[in-house]
Amino acid sequence: MTSSTETLVLNRERGRPWLRYLALGLVALVMLYPLLWLVGASFKSNGEIFSEIGFWPSRFDFSAYAKGWKTSTEYSFATYFLNSFLITIPRIIVTVISCVLVAYAFARFEFWGKKLLFSVMVGTMMLPLIVLRLPQYLLFRELGWLDSYLPLIVPSAFATDTFFVFMLVQFLRGIPRDMEEAAQIDGCNALQLLWHIIVPLLKPAIISVVVFQFIWTMNDFMGPLIYLASVEKYPVSLALKMSIGATEEVEWANVIAISVVALIPSVTVFFMAQKHFIEGASSSGIKG
Amino acid sequence: MYENKRLGFLFVLPFVLGVLLFKLFPFVASFALSFSQYDLIDPPEFVGLANYQELATGDPLFRKSLGVTLLFAALAVPLRVGFALFIAHVLNFKMRGINFFRAAFYLPSILGGSIAVAVLWRFIFSKNGLVNLLLSQLGIEPIAWLADEHYSMWTIVLLFTWQFGSAMVIFLAALQNVSVSLYEAAECDGASKFQQFWRITVPLITPVIFFNLIMQMVHAFQEFNGPYLITEGGPLSSTYVLALYIYDQSFRFFNLGYGAALSWVLFALVGGLSAFSFWSSKYWVFYAGEKERK
Repeated sequence: MTSSTETLVLNRERGRPWLRYLALGLVALVMLYPLLWLVGASFKSNGEIFSEIGFWPSRFDFSAYAKGWKTSTEYSFATYFLNSFLITIPRIIVTVISCVLVAYAFARFEFWGKKLLFSVMVGTMMLPLIVLRLPQYLLFRELGWLDSYLPLIVPSAFATDTFFVFMLVQFLRGIPRDMEEAAQIDGCNALQLLWHIIVPLLKPAIISVVVFQFIWTMNDFMGPLIYLASVEKYPVSLALKMSIGATEEVEWANVIAISVVALIPSVTVFFMAQKHFIEGASSSGIKG
Repeated sequence: MYENKRLGFLFVLPFVLGVLLFKLFPFVASFALSFSQYDLIDPPEFVGLANYQELATGDPLFRKSLGVTLLFAALAVPLRVGFALFIAHVLNFKMRGINFFRAAFYLPSILGGSIAVAVLWRFIFSKNGLVNLLLSQLGIEPIAWLADEHYSMWTIVLLFTWQFGSAMVIFLAALQNVSVSLYEAAECDGASKFQQFWRITVPLITPVIFFNLIMQMVHAFQEFNGPYLITEGGPLSSTYVLALYIYDQSFRFFNLGYGAALSWVLFALVGGLSAFSFWSSKYWVFYAGEKERK
């Protein structure tokens, strides 16, 4: 931060910093309260859930977790979580590999049609995916992939999550090429360069890709809804939907408890990588 | 080696294949499909413009869902982008605990798309849910948020707005690029904070405002999880967005041709609005970098 920044910051801080904190604190409270309340409610009885605004339960009752975990189906949430990971982990791996390769090509190579391809990539970011759903469904049906995880994983192996490619390209553009040139003089070939120089430099951006893809895939609802038919293959998102669908006069406590559990992986990953990936996302160069 | 054209193309090949196979082909196929009648069992039958004719003249549900979608986007996009900009502006200062606030504001947009949050939303807006509990403390009669067609739209708009974090992060990055000397000069000239915001901050980040508006618009027109899970399109179709209608026609009633036509209407809508935004952008988007580069 430059010295002129410092002075201005000082000028402004002298104003009413507590007012700023108060405003931000209030907004943060409103933003987070629903989530906090959800956690508190998971320990409450059905009656208390509907009568208490406070998030702190009068007593800690874990039975909702036990009941919710078992579900009303023949499978427990252990199965559904395992399914979610069976989709998410392979998908993350193929996403990172394909997107890094493609971003490397866009950021560091000259080839025929590069400009056009780059525009196509940015264009597909703006294409409503729902337009493609139907033909994609028919394609996977022809391939015999329905009711398997392949439709949820394979497209990502072809760098179709263009947002990530874009992010990585922007990140690479901000990195000077000195190291690569030095390595080249030392006789590195393109793949060695990628592995030994580019990948370590890209680490923060790759972490962002992993975190985003993890959370988005865990959250994905429409994909599994369309492609998966058998309950034993359902990921957490579909299983949760089932648990509210089947029950109008719901044991809300159970549903809430399991919703809390369903959020844990994403929240954990978010806080573990928070610093990296907020920066990664914001450094994607979409700047004024 | 960077000039090695074959190698560069080799690396980009997965993307080329992916675009052809999973984007371009489905794109063309859905266009073709929209001129046919297809139920997955019998082979598709060419029906010309019949699907579009039906949409234009004989389908009240389409008109309803078109209106709902436009209303949703018109409410939700400005709210989300506006909030994101405002909070980013307030956060754009060197202050203790900034990381906490950034994380706090970002978390909902990370989790917001999940089913667990949809469950939560459905629950806190239910008749005796959290929101009505709070209102009753203020002496306000409980409102049937999800069952009254005048309020149901607001629940999904609020859910969308609540997730302003991703747009906020992009704004923050842009704000940190605005030169501090501009504010200093303005302060010397006696400009108020409000004037500084409207005269300096906003004009300088118009490219990012533009980017966020377009991206959020594309998101809003596709919103599915909220209306599907929280209000189920109801009551009285008041939250029956196009994405829901496309899903129903395609995957529940297996009117694939009709579903494809619907999705092309959605695409035309988003495409048209994007094109309009790009056209209008030359009047209000200011690229500071452009001049320097030339």
